[in-house]
Amino acid sequence: MTFLRQSLTMAAKDLRAELRTKEAINASVAFALVILLLFSFAFDPTAEQTREMSGGLLWIVFAFAGALILNRSFARELPNDCLDALVASPVSGAALFFGKCLANAILLLAVEFISLPVFGVFYNVWWTQRFWPLMHVLVLATWRLTVIGTMFRALTVNLRLREMMLPVLVYPMVIPALMAAMQLTTVLMAGEAIGADNLIWLRLLAGFDIIFTALGLVLVETVLVG
Amino acid sequence: MSAVAAEGVWKFYGDFPALRDISFQVEPGACLALLGRNGAGKTTLLRILAGLSRAARGRVTVYGKDAREQETRQRIGILGHGIGIYDELSAFENLRLFGKLYGLKDPRGTALEWLERVGLERVKDSPVREFSRGMRQRLAVARAFLHGPSVLLLDEPFTALDDRAIAILQQLLVKARGEQRTILLSTHQLREALELSTQVVLLSRGRVAYRGERTAEMVADPGWLYRQYGE
Repeated sequence: MTFLRQSLTMAAKDLRAELRTKEAINASVAFALVILLLFSFAFDPTAEQTREMSGGLLWIVFAFAGALILNRSFARELPNDCLDALVASPVSGAALFFGKCLANAILLLAVEFISLPVFGVFYNVWWTQRFWPLMHVLVLATWRLTVIGTMFRALTVNLRLREMMLPVLVYPMVIPALMAAMQLTTVLMAGEAIGADNLIWLRLLAGFDIIFTALGLVLVETVLVG
Repeated sequence: MSAVAAEGVWKFYGDFPALRDISFQVEPGACLALLGRNGAGKTTLLRILAGLSRAARGRVTVYGKDAREQETRQRIGILGHGIGIYDELSAFENLRLFGKLYGLKDPRGTALEWLERVGLERVKDSPVREFSRGMRQRLAVARAFLHGPSVLLLDEPFTALDDRAIAILQQLLVKARGEQRTILLSTHQLREALELSTQVVLLSRGRVAYRGERTAEMVADPGWLYRQYGE
């Protein structure tokens, strides 16, 4: 079975399991929407303030909502020693990792697509005015979050304090990606195009995506087989 | 070429040596009973043979290749303490998933065939979380045998099985023996293990206390081995 087929099989399994239980997605969507609503009531920002903080607010919400999805990622392999059954099978560690990243990215993107219209309504922001560039930023930054999160989840899966360790390990590593995503999202929410002075952030996102995906694919086997 | 070989295998958990200089060979088609008290190292050794854990020193091979090679993992069927089955998926979905991962030509057809063999065809679309313990164990047996492994690593497979599941597993093991599949079986059920096996390895505190052919004496008096060579 090819790498891609193995990865897609793993991703389909994770998505099927999540759609049955909806444990992570429900918690993640609820968290994202509540935070967005609470911020809009608590601060009641002006149009100018909204424009300035849109990127920061959205990506803080997505980062924390993403942690709820990533926590389930390898945790669902623990009951019944399913992880052992997977690691003992011919599926490569890299395919297992990539499949989980795909599933986590799809789930997190779903949370983001649900949150954006709510953000638009409650903050009076026309978020679709730079739709396709915004989608590019969403996909690149979400992939970065899920790759790093999935990798560290694999690392911490057998630790007792894994729920606490994941945010402690992941957030410092994703700060560059979050900064890039925040900057780009703020620009796009203001209706401006990504200019030459902001391209560096886009390159940062793309470059780190490639680097961390490659690192994850190479290192995951070592992490999973103790 | 041996089907399974361990050469000078050591495994440490921190400073504690769980396995100490383990060496043995299992010929193709043989059935090895891996015996020992709780904590002797049986599960640790089986995990290393299955490629789930790495030896600190030494080497394990399956048909001459490292346990972590893809070709090796294709040949191995494992039934450990955990059943390796997803509660959120149905019985059919579980077997189809593992059928795909093991590269079977017809994962769907093979899954249906095995569900019938273990008596779960009527509940094939029910989520596994609704199954009784015995049903789960039968499904786990199906998962381990699904891809026709040439080497079976079974860690206390009879534990928590109901009578029907025990009968199914015993039939499968006898059939596997007849098909010259290599079996490594760790169990506390001495009589069943010794009746089935051709070789015996007794572990004691991480060392090989006895390694050799199964004898008539052992079958007649299963406790003899522990009295002679155990702690």
